[in-house]
Amino acid sequence: MALDKVGIAKRIAQELRDGWYVNLGIGIPTLVANFVPQDITVEFQSENGILGMGPFPFDGEEDADLINAGKQTVTLMPGASIFDSATSFAMIRGQHVQLTVLGAMEVSQDGDIANWKIPGRMVKGMGGAMDLVASAENIIVAMMHTNKKGESKLLPSCSLPLTGVGCVTRIITNLAALEIKNGAFHLLERAPGVSVEEIKAATAGELVVPENVPEMKID
Amino acid sequence: MAINKVVAGAQEATTGIEDGMTLMLGGFGLCGIPENCIAEMVKMNVTGITCISNNAGVDDFGLGLLLQKKQIKKMVSSYVGENDEFERQMLSGELEVDLIPQGSLAERCRAGGAGIPAFFTPAGYGTEIAEGKEVREFNGKPHILESALTADFAIVKAWKGDTAGNLVFKATARNFNPMMAMAGKITIAEVEELVEEGELDPNTIHTPGIFVQRIFQGTGYEKRIEQRTVRQKG
Repeated sequence: MALDKVGIAKRIAQELRDGWYVNLGIGIPTLVANFVPQDITVEFQSENGILGMGPFPFDGEEDADLINAGKQTVTLMPGASIFDSATSFAMIRGQHVQLTVLGAMEVSQDGDIANWKIPGRMVKGMGGAMDLVASAENIIVAMMHTNKKGESKLLPSCSLPLTGVGCVTRIITNLAALEIKNGAFHLLERAPGVSVEEIKAATAGELVVPENVPEMKID
Repeated sequence: MAINKVVAGAQEATTGIEDGMTLMLGGFGLCGIPENCIAEMVKMNVTGITCISNNAGVDDFGLGLLLQKKQIKKMVSSYVGENDEFERQMLSGELEVDLIPQGSLAERCRAGGAGIPAFFTPAGYGTEIAEGKEVREFNGKPHILESALTADFAIVKAWKGDTAGNLVFKATARNFNPMMAMAGKITIAEVEELVEEGELDPNTIHTPGIFVQRIFQGTGYEKRIEQRTVRQKG
Protein backbone atom coordinates (compact mmCIF):
# COMPACT_ATOMS: atom_id res chain seq x y z
CA MET A 1 0.00 0.00 0.00
CA ALA A 2 1.20 3.49 -0.78
CA LEU A 3 2.44 5.52 2.18
CA ASP A 4 0.38 8.26 3.79
CA LYS A 5 1.94 11.54 4.91
CA VAL A 6 3.01 10.05 8.24
CA GLY A 7 4.58 7.12 6.41
CA ILE A 8 6.58 9.47 4.20
CA ALA A 9 7.75 11.36 7.30
CA LYS A 10 8.78 8.08 8.99
CA ARG A 11 10.81 7.04 5.95
CA ILE A 12 12.53 10.45 5.78
CA ALA A 13 13.39 10.18 9.47
CA GLN A 14 15.50 7.13 8.55
CA GLU A 15 17.73 9.48 6.52
CA LEU A 16 18.69 11.53 9.62
CA ARG A 17 22.19 11.06 11.02
CA ASP A 18 23.60 11.71 14.46
CA GLY A 19 24.89 15.26 14.95
CA TRP A 20 23.04 16.83 12.04
CA TYR A 21 21.38 20.24 11.99
CA VAL A 22 18.19 19.93 9.97
CA ASN A 23 15.75 22.43 8.44
CA LEU A 24 12.23 21.10 7.94
CA GLY A 25 9.80 22.84 5.61
CA ILE A 26 6.07 23.29 6.11
CA GLY A 27 3.71 20.32 5.65
CA ILE A 28 4.92 16.71 5.52
CA PRO A 29 8.52 17.73 6.40
CA THR A 30 7.36 19.14 9.75
CA LEU A 31 6.09 15.66 10.72
CA VAL A 32 9.62 14.24 10.44
CA ALA A 33 10.48 15.75 13.83
CA ASN A 34 8.10 13.23 15.47
CA PHE A 35 10.07 10.20 14.26
CA VAL A 36 13.73 10.93 15.02
CA PRO A 37 15.43 7.57 15.84
CA GLN A 38 15.99 7.16 19.60
CA ASP A 39 19.74 6.56 19.31
CA ILE A 40 20.68 9.78 17.50
CA THR A 41 20.69 13.50 18.28
CA VAL A 42 19.67 16.08 15.70
CA GLU A 43 18.81 19.76 16.12
CA PHE A 44 16.08 21.44 14.12
CA GLN A 45 16.69 24.85 12.59
CA SER A 46 13.81 27.18 11.85
CA GLU A 47 14.77 29.95 9.43
CA ASN A 48 12.98 32.67 11.39
CA GLY A 49 15.73 32.28 13.97
CA ILE A 50 15.79 29.09 16.05
CA LEU A 51 18.34 26.33 16.45
CA GLY A 52 17.10 23.59 18.75
CA MET A 53 13.39 23.95 18.04
CA GLY A 54 11.14 21.80 20.23
CA PRO A 55 7.58 20.50 19.91
CA PHE A 56 4.38 22.54 20.12
CA PRO A 57 3.81 24.03 23.60
CA PHE A 58 1.34 22.57 26.06
CA ASP A 59 -2.09 24.15 25.94
CA GLY A 60 -1.92 27.45 27.82
CA GLU A 61 1.88 27.74 27.60
CA GLU A 62 2.05 29.19 24.07
CA ASP A 63 4.12 32.35 23.59
CA ALA A 64 3.34 34.83 20.78
CA ASP A 65 7.05 35.68 20.65
CA LEU A 66 8.11 32.09 19.95
CA ILE A 67 7.03 30.74 16.57
CA ASN A 68 8.47 28.64 13.77
CA ALA A 69 8.81 29.59 10.10
CA GLY A 70 5.24 28.38 9.55
CA LYS A 71 4.14 30.94 12.18
CA GLN A 72 3.06 28.14 14.53
CA THR A 73 3.72 28.40 18.25
CA VAL A 74 6.65 26.18 19.29
CA THR A 75 9.05 25.58 22.20
CA LEU A 76 12.81 25.50 22.63
CA MET A 77 14.87 22.41 23.50
CA PRO A 78 17.59 22.62 26.17
CA GLY A 79 20.67 24.08 24.45
CA ALA A 80 18.62 26.02 21.92
CA SER A 81 19.67 29.39 20.57
CA ILE A 82 17.90 32.35 18.99
CA PHE A 83 19.25 34.67 16.31
CA ASP A 84 18.23 37.20 13.68
CA SER A 85 17.20 36.39 10.10
CA ALA A 86 20.57 37.34 8.55
CA THR A 87 22.40 34.99 10.91
CA SER A 88 19.84 32.29 10.21
CA PHE A 89 20.43 32.43 6.49
CA ALA A 90 24.18 32.63 7.06
CA MET A 91 23.81 29.18 8.64
CA ILE A 92 21.87 28.01 5.60
CA ARG A 93 23.92 29.65 2.84
CA GLY A 94 27.15 28.87 4.64
CA GLN A 95 26.24 25.16 4.57
CA HIS A 96 26.28 24.73 8.32
CA VAL A 97 22.90 22.99 8.11
CA GLN A 98 23.39 19.39 6.95
CA LEU A 99 19.92 18.58 5.65
CA THR A 100 16.94 20.43 4.23
CA VAL A 101 13.61 18.64 3.82
CA LEU A 102 10.90 20.40 1.85
CA GLY A 103 7.80 19.82 -0.24
CA ALA A 104 7.51 20.34 -4.00
CA MET A 105 4.98 20.64 -6.80
CA GLU A 106 7.45 19.30 -9.39
CA VAL A 107 10.96 17.85 -9.47
CA SER A 108 12.95 17.24 -12.64
CA GLN A 109 15.36 14.40 -13.39
CA ASP A 110 18.17 16.98 -13.28
CA GLY A 111 17.27 17.89 -9.72
CA ASP A 112 15.42 21.14 -10.48
CA ILE A 113 12.59 21.94 -8.08
CA ALA A 114 9.41 24.02 -8.49
CA ASN A 115 7.44 24.71 -5.33
CA TRP A 116 6.50 28.37 -5.06
CA LYS A 117 4.41 29.65 -7.92
CA ILE A 118 1.61 28.55 -10.23
CA PRO A 119 1.07 31.01 -13.10
CA GLY A 120 -2.42 32.50 -13.04
CA ARG A 121 -2.89 31.88 -9.34
CA MET A 122 -2.21 34.15 -6.38
CA VAL A 123 1.53 34.10 -5.73
CA LYS A 124 2.31 34.05 -2.05
CA GLY A 125 6.08 34.16 -2.36
CA MET A 126 9.04 31.87 -2.01
CA GLY A 127 9.79 32.60 1.64
CA GLY A 128 13.13 30.98 2.42
CA ALA A 129 12.84 28.15 -0.10
CA MET A 130 15.14 29.64 -2.75
CA ASP A 131 17.90 30.30 -0.23
CA LEU A 132 17.50 26.80 1.22
CA VAL A 133 17.62 24.89 -2.06
CA ALA A 134 20.44 26.99 -3.53
CA SER A 135 22.74 26.24 -0.62
CA ALA A 136 21.99 22.93 1.06
CA GLU A 137 24.31 20.07 0.12
CA ASN A 138 21.66 17.54 0.96
CA ILE A 139 18.06 18.21 -0.05
CA ILE A 140 15.27 15.68 0.39
CA VAL A 141 11.94 16.40 -1.24
CA ALA A 142 8.88 15.01 0.55
CA MET A 143 5.83 14.81 -1.68
CA MET A 144 3.13 12.72 -3.29
CA HIS A 145 4.35 10.98 -6.45
CA THR A 146 1.47 12.41 -8.49
CA ASN A 147 -0.67 15.53 -8.27
CA LYS A 148 -4.41 15.69 -7.60
CA LYS A 149 -5.12 15.05 -11.28
CA GLY A 150 -2.99 11.89 -11.12
CA GLU A 151 -0.18 13.42 -13.18
CA SER A 152 3.43 12.65 -12.35
CA LYS A 153 5.37 15.21 -10.31
CA LEU A 154 8.69 13.57 -11.30
CA LEU A 155 9.32 15.04 -14.74
CA PRO A 156 11.94 15.26 -17.50
CA SER A 157 11.86 19.03 -16.85
CA CYS A 158 9.70 21.24 -14.63
CA SER A 159 6.81 23.10 -16.25
CA LEU A 160 6.25 25.49 -13.33
CA PRO A 161 8.53 28.44 -12.42
CA LEU A 162 11.65 27.08 -10.70
CA THR A 163 12.68 27.49 -7.09
CA GLY A 164 16.18 26.14 -7.71
CA VAL A 165 18.22 24.26 -10.31
CA GLY A 166 20.10 20.96 -10.02
CA CYS A 167 19.75 20.85 -6.26
CA VAL A 168 17.51 17.94 -5.20
CA THR A 169 19.42 14.82 -4.27
CA ARG A 170 16.70 12.58 -2.91
CA ILE A 171 12.92 12.22 -3.10
CA ILE A 172 10.65 10.29 -0.76
CA THR A 173 7.11 9.90 -2.08
CA ASN A 174 4.06 7.86 -1.16
CA LEU A 175 5.29 5.24 -3.67
CA ALA A 176 9.07 5.22 -3.56
CA ALA A 177 12.46 6.44 -2.38
CA LEU A 178 14.54 7.78 -5.24
CA GLU A 179 17.93 9.34 -5.78
CA ILE A 180 18.72 11.90 -8.48
CA LYS A 181 22.06 11.52 -10.28
CA ASN A 182 23.41 11.70 -13.82
CA GLY A 183 20.22 13.30 -15.10
CA ALA A 184 17.83 10.55 -14.02
CA PHE A 185 15.69 9.32 -11.15
CA HIS A 186 17.21 6.18 -9.63
CA LEU A 187 14.77 3.95 -7.79
CA LEU A 188 16.11 2.98 -4.35
CA GLU A 189 13.11 1.46 -2.55
CA ARG A 190 9.44 0.71 -3.08
CA ALA A 191 6.77 1.66 -0.56
CA PRO A 192 5.32 -1.43 1.14
CA GLY A 193 3.19 -3.39 -1.35
CA VAL A 194 3.88 -1.01 -4.25
CA SER A 195 5.18 -2.62 -7.44
CA VAL A 196 7.97 -1.35 -9.68
CA GLU A 197 5.39 -1.15 -12.48
CA GLU A 198 3.21 1.23 -10.47
CA ILE A 199 6.23 3.46 -9.82
CA LYS A 200 7.24 3.38 -13.50
CA ALA A 201 3.70 4.33 -14.52
CA ALA A 202 3.69 7.29 -12.10
CA THR A 203 7.12 8.62 -13.12
CA ALA A 204 7.23 10.78 -16.25
CA GLY A 205 10.97 11.48 -16.10
CA GLU A 206 13.72 8.98 -16.86
CA LEU A 207 13.68 6.24 -14.23
CA VAL A 208 16.60 3.91 -13.66
CA VAL A 209 15.45 0.67 -12.03
CA PRO A 210 18.05 -1.71 -10.58
CA GLU A 211 17.52 -5.46 -10.76
CA ASN A 212 16.53 -5.69 -7.14
CA VAL A 213 14.36 -2.96 -5.58
CA PRO A 214 13.91 -3.58 -1.85
CA GLU A 215 10.71 -2.69 -0.03
CA MET A 216 10.87 0.13 2.55
CA LYS A 217 10.90 -0.91 6.18
CA ILE A 218 8.45 1.37 8.00
CA ASP A 219 7.51 0.76 11.66
CA MET B 1 26.11 59.88 29.94
CA ALA B 2 24.86 58.29 26.74
CA ILE B 3 23.03 60.14 23.97
CA ASN B 4 19.34 60.24 24.79
CA LYS B 5 17.00 58.92 22.08
CA VAL B 6 13.73 58.95 23.98
CA VAL B 7 10.59 60.41 22.40
CA ALA B 8 7.18 60.71 24.03
CA GLY B 9 5.33 58.09 22.03
CA ALA B 10 4.30 56.81 18.61
CA GLN B 11 3.09 60.23 17.44
CA GLU B 12 6.40 61.97 18.07
CA ALA B 13 8.36 58.94 16.88
CA THR B 14 6.66 58.87 13.48
CA THR B 15 7.05 62.61 12.84
CA GLY B 16 8.53 63.17 9.40
CA ILE B 17 7.08 60.07 7.77
CA GLU B 18 5.60 61.40 4.55
CA ASP B 19 3.64 60.16 1.56
CA GLY B 20 5.69 58.17 -0.92
CA MET B 21 8.47 57.24 1.51
CA THR B 22 10.16 53.85 1.77
CA LEU B 23 9.80 52.19 5.16
CA MET B 24 11.24 49.03 6.68
CA LEU B 25 9.10 47.26 9.26
CA GLY B 26 10.46 44.46 11.43
CA GLY B 27 8.58 41.26 12.18
CA PHE B 28 7.97 37.74 10.95
CA GLY B 29 4.28 37.17 10.42
CA LEU B 30 2.72 39.01 13.35
CA CYS B 31 5.67 38.18 15.62
CA GLY B 32 7.79 41.18 16.60
CA ILE B 33 5.89 43.81 14.60
CA PRO B 34 5.83 47.50 15.65
CA GLU B 35 2.13 47.54 16.58
CA ASN B 36 2.09 51.09 18.00
CA CYS B 37 3.73 52.74 14.99
CA ILE B 38 1.51 50.85 12.54
CA ALA B 39 -1.56 52.10 14.43
CA GLU B 40 -0.14 55.63 14.37
CA MET B 41 0.47 55.51 10.61
CA VAL B 42 -3.12 54.40 10.07
CA LYS B 43 -4.16 57.49 12.03
CA MET B 44 -1.75 59.79 10.13
CA ASN B 45 -3.12 58.41 6.86
CA VAL B 46 0.28 58.57 5.19
CA THR B 47 -0.12 57.13 1.66
CA GLY B 48 1.84 55.84 -1.32
CA ILE B 49 4.36 54.15 0.93
CA THR B 50 6.72 51.35 0.00
CA CYS B 51 6.96 48.79 2.80
CA ILE B 52 9.95 46.49 3.09
CA SER B 53 8.72 43.77 5.43
CA ASN B 54 9.07 39.99 5.32
CA ASN B 55 5.28 39.58 5.38
CA ALA B 56 2.20 41.75 4.90
CA GLY B 57 0.21 41.02 8.04
CA VAL B 58 -3.28 39.55 8.07
CA ASP B 59 -6.52 41.22 6.96
CA ASP B 60 -7.22 43.02 10.22
CA PHE B 61 -3.81 43.26 11.90
CA GLY B 62 -0.22 44.26 11.25
CA LEU B 63 0.40 45.78 7.81
CA GLY B 64 -3.07 44.55 6.84
CA LEU B 65 -4.37 47.66 8.63
CA LEU B 66 -2.44 49.92 6.23
CA LEU B 67 -3.49 47.80 3.26
CA GLN B 68 -7.14 48.13 4.22
CA LYS B 69 -6.86 51.90 3.90
CA LYS B 70 -4.86 51.59 0.66
CA GLN B 71 -1.89 53.42 2.17
CA ILE B 72 0.68 51.04 0.69
CA LYS B 73 1.83 51.46 -2.92
CA LYS B 74 4.39 48.68 -2.95
CA MET B 75 5.34 45.70 -0.77
CA VAL B 76 8.84 44.23 -0.75
CA SER B 77 8.52 40.84 0.97
CA SER B 78 9.39 37.15 0.84
CA TYR B 79 5.94 35.74 1.65
CA VAL B 80 2.56 37.44 1.55
CA GLY B 81 -0.10 34.77 2.09
CA GLU B 82 -2.87 34.91 4.71
CA ASN B 83 -4.28 38.24 3.56
CA ASP B 84 -7.37 38.50 1.32
CA GLU B 85 -7.25 42.28 0.90
CA PHE B 86 -3.61 41.99 -0.15
CA GLU B 87 -4.56 39.40 -2.75
CA ARG B 88 -7.39 41.56 -4.09
CA GLN B 89 -5.16 44.65 -4.44
CA MET B 90 -2.34 42.65 -5.99
CA LEU B 91 -4.54 40.95 -8.58
CA SER B 92 -6.27 44.24 -9.49
CA GLY B 93 -2.91 45.92 -9.98
CA GLU B 94 -3.45 48.53 -7.25
CA LEU B 95 -0.53 47.15 -5.27
CA GLU B 96 2.98 46.51 -6.58
CA VAL B 97 4.72 43.50 -5.08
CA ASP B 98 8.40 42.67 -5.20
CA LEU B 99 9.03 39.14 -3.92
CA ILE B 100 12.53 38.42 -2.68
CA PRO B 101 14.01 35.19 -1.25
CA GLN B 102 13.92 35.53 2.53
CA GLY B 103 17.66 35.14 3.08
CA SER B 104 18.40 37.67 0.34
CA LEU B 105 15.93 40.09 1.91
CA ALA B 106 17.62 39.77 5.30
CA GLU B 107 21.10 40.15 3.82
CA ARG B 108 20.07 43.09 1.62
CA CYS B 109 18.87 44.94 4.73
CA ARG B 110 22.02 43.99 6.63
CA ALA B 111 24.16 45.13 3.67
CA GLY B 112 22.25 48.42 3.49
CA GLY B 113 23.10 49.15 7.09
CA ALA B 114 26.65 47.87 6.86
CA GLY B 115 27.82 49.93 3.87
CA ILE B 116 27.99 46.98 1.47
CA PRO B 117 26.32 48.14 -1.76
CA ALA B 118 25.77 44.67 -3.22
CA PHE B 119 26.74 41.01 -2.78
CA PHE B 120 26.60 37.71 -4.65
CA THR B 121 24.33 34.91 -3.46
CA PRO B 122 23.41 31.52 -4.93
CA ALA B 123 19.75 31.99 -3.94
CA GLY B 124 17.50 32.37 -6.95
CA TYR B 125 20.06 31.45 -9.61
CA GLY B 126 18.29 29.85 -12.60
CA THR B 127 14.89 31.21 -11.50
CA GLU B 128 12.88 34.26 -12.54
CA ILE B 129 14.39 36.11 -9.57
CA ALA B 130 17.71 36.13 -11.44
CA GLU B 131 16.32 37.84 -14.55
CA GLY B 132 18.34 40.94 -15.41
CA LYS B 133 20.84 40.34 -12.61
CA GLU B 134 24.56 39.86 -13.06
CA VAL B 135 25.67 36.23 -12.71
CA ARG B 136 29.17 35.27 -11.67
CA GLU B 137 30.75 31.96 -10.79
CA PHE B 138 32.59 31.49 -7.52
CA ASN B 139 34.14 28.12 -6.63
CA GLY B 140 32.46 26.63 -9.68
CA LYS B 141 28.98 27.69 -8.59
CA PRO B 142 26.85 30.44 -10.19
CA HIS B 143 25.73 33.36 -8.01
CA ILE B 144 23.54 36.39 -8.67
CA LEU B 145 24.24 39.99 -7.70
CA GLU B 146 21.80 41.45 -5.18
CA SER B 147 21.85 45.09 -4.10
CA ALA B 148 21.57 46.57 -0.63
CA LEU B 149 18.29 47.97 0.72
CA THR B 150 17.88 51.09 2.82
CA ALA B 151 14.82 53.02 3.97
CA ASP B 152 13.79 56.55 4.89
CA PHE B 153 12.55 55.12 8.17
CA ALA B 154 13.09 51.70 9.74
CA ILE B 155 10.52 50.83 12.37
CA VAL B 156 11.40 48.02 14.74
CA LYS B 157 9.94 46.42 17.83
CA ALA B 158 12.07 45.21 20.73
CA TRP B 159 11.36 43.63 24.11
CA LYS B 160 13.55 45.97 26.16
CA GLY B 161 15.37 49.11 25.30
CA ASP B 162 17.22 51.83 27.17
CA THR B 163 17.32 55.59 26.80
CA ALA B 164 20.49 55.26 24.69
CA GLY B 165 18.60 53.21 22.11
CA ASN B 166 20.19 49.86 22.97
CA LEU B 167 17.79 47.02 22.21
CA VAL B 168 17.15 43.48 23.44
CA PHE B 169 14.72 41.27 21.56
CA LYS B 170 12.73 38.34 22.92
CA ALA B 171 12.78 34.91 21.27
CA THR B 172 11.81 34.84 17.59
CA ALA B 173 10.41 38.38 17.76
CA ARG B 174 14.01 39.29 16.87
CA ASN B 175 13.83 38.09 13.21
CA PHE B 176 14.34 41.02 10.77
CA ASN B 177 14.36 43.76 13.42
CA PRO B 178 18.15 44.00 14.00
CA MET B 179 19.05 44.27 10.28
CA MET B 180 16.30 46.76 9.59
CA ALA B 181 17.39 48.87 12.55
CA MET B 182 20.78 49.15 10.84
CA ALA B 183 19.35 50.10 7.44
CA GLY B 184 17.06 53.02 8.30
CA LYS B 185 18.15 56.63 7.71
CA ILE B 186 16.03 57.19 10.81
CA THR B 187 15.29 54.17 12.95
CA ILE B 188 12.37 54.15 15.34
CA ALA B 189 12.33 51.51 18.07
CA GLU B 190 9.19 50.80 20.06
CA VAL B 191 9.82 48.63 23.09
CA GLU B 192 7.72 46.82 25.66
CA GLU B 193 9.89 48.08 28.48
CA LEU B 194 12.02 51.21 28.39
CA VAL B 195 14.72 51.42 31.06
CA GLU B 196 17.37 53.95 32.08
CA GLU B 197 20.85 53.81 30.59
CA GLY B 198 23.05 51.39 32.50
CA GLU B 199 20.21 49.06 33.40
CA LEU B 200 20.77 46.71 30.46
CA ASP B 201 23.83 44.47 30.63
CA PRO B 202 26.08 45.67 27.74
CA ASN B 203 27.02 42.02 27.10
CA THR B 204 23.46 41.09 26.23
CA ILE B 205 22.52 43.93 23.87
CA HIS B 206 21.42 42.73 20.41
CA THR B 207 21.18 46.11 18.65
CA PRO B 208 23.61 48.84 19.78
CA GLY B 209 22.05 52.27 20.29
CA ILE B 210 23.99 53.84 17.40
CA PHE B 211 21.46 52.29 15.01
CA VAL B 212 18.45 53.81 16.80
CA GLN B 213 17.45 57.48 16.54
CA ARG B 214 14.11 57.42 18.39
CA ILE B 215 12.86 55.11 21.12
CA PHE B 216 9.66 54.92 23.15
CA GLN B 217 7.79 52.51 25.36
CA GLY B 218 4.75 51.18 23.49
CA THR B 219 1.37 50.45 25.02
CA GLY B 220 -1.37 47.87 24.72
CA TYR B 221 0.56 45.19 22.85
CA GLU B 222 -1.86 42.69 21.42
CA LYS B 223 0.77 40.18 20.21
CA ARG B 224 -1.63 38.17 18.13
CA ILE B 225 -0.82 34.54 17.41
CA GLU B 226 -1.28 33.60 13.77
CA GLN B 227 -1.16 29.80 14.09
CA ARG B 228 -1.87 28.64 17.62
CA THR B 229 -0.53 25.09 17.79
CA VAL B 230 -0.45 23.15 21.08
CA ARG B 231 -0.15 19.61 22.41
CA GLN B 232 -2.06 18.07 25.27
CA LYS B 233 -0.41 17.01 28.53
CA GLY B 234 -0.08 13.34 29.38
